[in-house]
Amino acid sequence: MKVVYTDVLVIGGGLAGLRTAVGVRRRGRDVLVLSLVPAKRSHSAAAQGGMQASLGSSAMGAGDNEDVHFEDTVRGSDWGADQRVVRMFVNTAPKAIRELAAWGVPWNRVARGSRESVVNAERITITESNEAHGLITARDFGGTKKWRTCYTADGTGHTMLYALGDQTIAHGIPVLERQEALALIHDAGRCHGAVVRDLITGELTAYVATATVIASGGYGRIYRVSTNAIICEGTGVALALETGVAPLGNMEAVQFHPTAIITAGILTTEGCRGDGGVLRDVDGHRFMPDYEPEKKELASRDVVSRRMTEHMRKGKGVPSRYGEHLWLDITNLGRAHIEKNLREVKDICEYFLGIDPVEQWIPVRPTQHYSMGGIRTDHTGQSQGLKGLFACGESACWDMHGFNRLGGNSVAETVVSGMIVSEFVADFCETEGGAGLSVALVREFLQREQARLDRLLHGGGSESANELRTRMEQVMMDRVGIFRTGEELERAVRELQELLLRSRNIGVRSRVRGANPELVAAYRVQKMLKVALCVAQGASLRTESRGAHFREDYPQRNDRDWLKRTLATWPSEDDTLPTIGYEEIDVTTMELPPGFRGYGARNHIEHPDTGARVAEVERILDTMPEADRFARQSALMEYESLLPEKYRGRNERLTERLR
Amino acid sequence: MSTNAGSPPNGEGTGRRLQLRILRYNPQDPDSRPHLQTFEVDEAPNMTLFVALNDIRDHQDPSLQFDFVCRAGICGSCAMLIDGRPGLACRTLTGNLGERITLAPLPFFELIGDLSVNTGKWMRRMTERLEAWVHAQEDVDLRRLEERMEPELAEQIYELERCIECGCCLAACGTARMRKDFVGAVGLNRIARLRLDPRDGRSDAEYYELIGDDDGVFGCMSLLGCEDVCPKNLGLQTRIAYMRRKMLRAAVFPA
Repeated sequence: MKVVYTDVLVIGGGLAGLRTAVGVRRRGRDVLVLSLVPAKRSHSAAAQGGMQASLGSSAMGAGDNEDVHFEDTVRGSDWGADQRVVRMFVNTAPKAIRELAAWGVPWNRVARGSRESVVNAERITITESNEAHGLITARDFGGTKKWRTCYTADGTGHTMLYALGDQTIAHGIPVLERQEALALIHDAGRCHGAVVRDLITGELTAYVATATVIASGGYGRIYRVSTNAIICEGTGVALALETGVAPLGNMEAVQFHPTAIITAGILTTEGCRGDGGVLRDVDGHRFMPDYEPEKKELASRDVVSRRMTEHMRKGKGVPSRYGEHLWLDITNLGRAHIEKNLREVKDICEYFLGIDPVEQWIPVRPTQHYSMGGIRTDHTGQSQGLKGLFACGESACWDMHGFNRLGGNSVAETVVSGMIVSEFVADFCETEGGAGLSVALVREFLQREQARLDRLLHGGGSESANELRTRMEQVMMDRVGIFRTGEELERAVRELQELLLRSRNIGVRSRVRGANPELVAAYRVQKMLKVALCVAQGASLRTESRGAHFREDYPQRNDRDWLKRTLATWPSEDDTLPTIGYEEIDVTTMELPPGFRGYGARNHIEHPDTGARVAEVERILDTMPEADRFARQSALMEYESLLPEKYRGRNERLTERLR
Repeated sequence: MSTNAGSPPNGEGTGRRLQLRILRYNPQDPDSRPHLQTFEVDEAPNMTLFVALNDIRDHQDPSLQFDFVCRAGICGSCAMLIDGRPGLACRTLTGNLGERITLAPLPFFELIGDLSVNTGKWMRRMTERLEAWVHAQEDVDLRRLEERMEPELAEQIYELERCIECGCCLAACGTARMRKDFVGAVGLNRIARLRLDPRDGRSDAEYYELIGDDDGVFGCMSLLGCEDVCPKNLGLQTRIAYMRRKMLRAAVFPA
């Protein structure tokens, strides 16, 4: 029995996991990172467009600050977000970007003087001030009032991940590659680490830790077509679910990105539209202004994806052998801009489609992209059901995205949540110390996982993991997609339950204990089916439309009955459905009470407390006409005491200098 | 793992039947001997090697080992020898290859099995050896405005930062064949990138300590293999030549 002891075990080697590890290490704790692949290959590398932080340095970002970022994020979330967490996030994002700048990320910078740009399909001239020259610049993204998305061409995730990957090495943090956690070791509501499988040798090891952090990304690969890397299978989230006590939050909130290329589902960044690209239909008509006259192509992702699907349903899609699509037209941006700022997009078009986007339109359609749901945590990142378990990044429901996240807010979340959560993890280690743990418990978990693997290898099962998985992906795509109905969702749940039952009888042909891709597929699909059931069942029960969750049979956002977070647990291994519960989102403490988002449908049922809270907010603000924005904010909703001390404090801007 | 999202839903093909000859060897298994195994796959339109290999694993041999992560040319996981030439399998369209395609693992790196090699382990060691991270002079106050940088300089740094550590340059390198500790174009490019960055406070003399020998910048024989195969089209030879001049200068005129 191999056992490794450490203070902190981080599961996941992307931006969130690495930033957490660096934070914990800086607090003097031992930390180990487990990663399925070399850390710099993580899905974080694929983030092209950028990271939101309200620096307000560029001309089109002038006047931006935490308040505007806060409001955009809450509206984007369709009021599903935890507003205190959003405040923590928007206040730390500028610090995160400045830290990354110091670590070497070559953020694009403001260049003084005038330049041509494309806004709303028209050429305009933008003039940058002298005093902003050399500061970090920003581009436009959907759902934001200001240009706030900081970037390095269209390789933002890559540059961030490399800077952080190298910092991890500089801090001497071991990143154990090709290691997969199979189960969390836990007992009486306390997490003690994980049972981990070496993907090369097949050997099992127990990693025993004071605190365990899951930062394993999203669950996009439960869908047939996804922009996600193929390792984004949601199995990290399943680790928490399988404890039976750690709830997952808002699993039905799944985002579709408007512009992935057919057929591969590879993403073209929102920066294409942010920089001035437009969407066209089969007739070459630019249709988004017909639906969203104000924000057009730059409404939030859930809205644009739905409008595209709606337009295709009207017969305006472009038929192709791979199904219908629409066109993304960036030809108006010009060769120089595309070859400099959208080079990855150009490469992808050339390699996968054989077209030159400088001259030809790109065939795109909405595709599964992001998981708003995940391991439900409190504001410190700790699981609500399992002490000592933390989560951050896409695998967590922290919850700053609510039911829809804005482009550029997820890469920002990875590092920001990593910074914040690592401080709380370090605090936890200080108060908890090395918890006394029985060797018998560790042995029990190791033996249980070994028995599961043996059963797959030698149990004589007859089901094919691959077949079950393909069917699951198709069910999710067909019945739990952009537009949902009760009838389809109920069918999806039934079919997934059947698949789950069948998955208990999977057999593996190749009996190799070590590197065995078939065995990996077998145990992963068992976990993925549970995750898929959480998504489908949550969606089936939520009879309203909010953010990315859209019910055709209940098109209104219903704050009266549904202003609450979905919680899913899996109490018994014999269950075939998650147990669903809810957590109220309190209107009476909101800084920004629910209202119209500013795009999409103007159509919701009000919460009974909303009117009173709106009046209270007005009353509070009326009593302080002379106060600055910080005092006004603080009077509405206190949050700063929730932040780790080192990340409190204001952010300097050209227009808001610190003394 | 089923990952054939890129294949056509209706099974429509191009009419070609591809023969993929794949080098099989599992060092974990004492009975395994390296050999070429041929698999046949019906070609689909816009089929990439990613799609073809998954098709083989899903339908013919579940034990076949290979690596993909992003399958979009961004992460660098899937570098292998494609008809003898290092390249990224995910964005190689089978339509650009003949009907007989030979696939082998990238040489130079430790073999994990079949087409899978351990680039991560080598890259980590290289990064440690070259201390290939920004050596900042002091901690910054995160609440303050960031240090300014000329926009053109930021763009130049990004140009060199685009390396994805796929390992193709080392697989194509003559020196790497002879010197197992050669840092390769990937390492030298990394140092060139740091040298350009004003945030890294190290001097040329300090860089000389890291790469001023035959395992570093003086080991390069300018065979151009690295630049020929780099999937990101980085101007590696120009960078190496420039660093060689700088390092020579640092050696002759130490500060």
